Amino acid sequence: MDVTVAEYIRRTVLKMPRHEIKMMLQKWGFLSEAQLQTLNFHQIKDNISQEVVQLCEENSANIKQAAALDIIYNQIYQNKRMWSVYQMKKSGEEVEYFDIADFKKKFKRRIRSALKNVTITFKEYEDNAIWIRVAWGTPYKKPNQYKPSYVVYHSQTPFVFISASILKSNLPLLCQALTVASNYHDIREMELRSHSLNSLKDIVFKRYSQNFQTYTPKPLQGGNVEPENADIRIIHENRIEKERIHRLNQEVFGSGPQPKLEFAQYKLETIFKSGPKMDVLDKKEPFRCLVKFSSPHLLESLKSLAPAGWKT
Amino acid sequence: MAVLRPFDKLPMLNSCVILLVGSDEAIQQKLAEAMLQEKRNFNVSIHLATSLPLPSERDHLRPRIDMVVFMIDIKSKYSLKNVETSLAHVDASFFLGKVCFLVTGVGRVNACSIETNAVCKLAEAYCSPVLFCELELEGVRAATAQRLLRMLQICAGHIPGVSALSLVSLMRN
Repeated sequence: MDVTVAEYIRRTVLKMPRHEIKMMLQKWGFLSEAQLQTLNFHQIKDNISQEVVQLCEENSANIKQAAALDIIYNQIYQNKRMWSVYQMKKSGEEVEYFDIADFKKKFKRRIRSALKNVTITFKEYEDNAIWIRVAWGTPYKKPNQYKPSYVVYHSQTPFVFISASILKSNLPLLCQALTVASNYHDIREMELRSHSLNSLKDIVFKRYSQNFQTYTPKPLQGGNVEPENADIRIIHENRIEKERIHRLNQEVFGSGPQPKLEFAQYKLETIFKSGPKMDVLDKKEPFRCLVKFSSPHLLESLKSLAPAGWKT
Repeated sequence: MAVLRPFDKLPMLNSCVILLVGSDEAIQQKLAEAMLQEKRNFNVSIHLATSLPLPSERDHLRPRIDMVVFMIDIKSKYSLKNVETSLAHVDASFFLGKVCFLVTGVGRVNACSIETNAVCKLAEAYCSPVLFCELELEGVRAATAQRLLRMLQICAGHIPGVSALSLVSLMRN
């Protein structure tokens, strides 16, 4: 077995938390049950990884299997990477049958025609997601396995989620290969970026819950905001106002969990509002500005602004 | 009514009413519960509000308010602005000892947004005492609740010989 492959497998195992190593190796399926039984998962991770490498030696693992293990780790810890969303456009209206083998063949052929030294690995998951891992090299160097790009493609949708490696120069080639392989004719980047892949999927596939006006007559009291055992000696003077805010919040945000947005940017063209005395700022022409919002969980924090007393 | 007046209603027997005004409702609730847990021999009723003026729908149900506590969170400039706008809706005769400023969140020194100087100046302008506390700590919360209850008793006139005005002039330094 190649020394680089052994080292790569060792480092991948070291990344995993100790209590999850067994589960991930089982998912991988490269080592047999009997071999997994011989591993001692209660020692330090260094030793566990050495033992795993030894077992892989016995089975003669190559870079393809090592890449498959890496995909498994990254699919479980997908929130460690930053994902961007791309949308593909079709030229015609025909709905073509999606053939996974055809897709893989076309993708590999496109990339290999431009760059010989690449490692491409595919893995399909139950929710129709195809995970693609590409390790990039140059015409003179072998692929760098430690900085791969990942692509998640749901074949029934025109959306692709890409977590690019640091080597940004390969992004156009990747996009081109995706477009060609999936029979679209154009691809463009959407203004969405996040660590949480599920939230991006929620936003893009419109899976979040938005409250629509349905005719269910609410009782006059409105939604009960206070717990049942509230002390009657504590009187909330603004109870009616609080209930109104709660109801408005529900209407805008819905009652389900919000997709985890971390960054939002708005381009505005606006006029500065000022008193008549301030000459410089009193121009009547609009000026352009960029407003950025960023937070660990943007939509939840906006949702909790109103109950916290901010007038929005 | 738009303005809060101290003596426009009749008091109830053996009971005191305190009004907490502040933008952070969760911390108000905690303080109110701490006050209710203290041992005392009179009835107390705690009204919580985010700002003044109070909604007029409940005017006829509201008893006479004996003491108003304005809660300012030192981490939030908004709470100070909120209190400043609410002060305009309190009648001047309330400031003869029946108003107190409570500054919360002083435990987190690195997150201060308001100068303590500004709060002290505000309190001086309105001739009312300022208390500093950290309501996230249970011990301090209980101690603050005890102090407020004691002041409330005096403001409601339950302690013979001590009036709200005399207490406030004692607390000035």
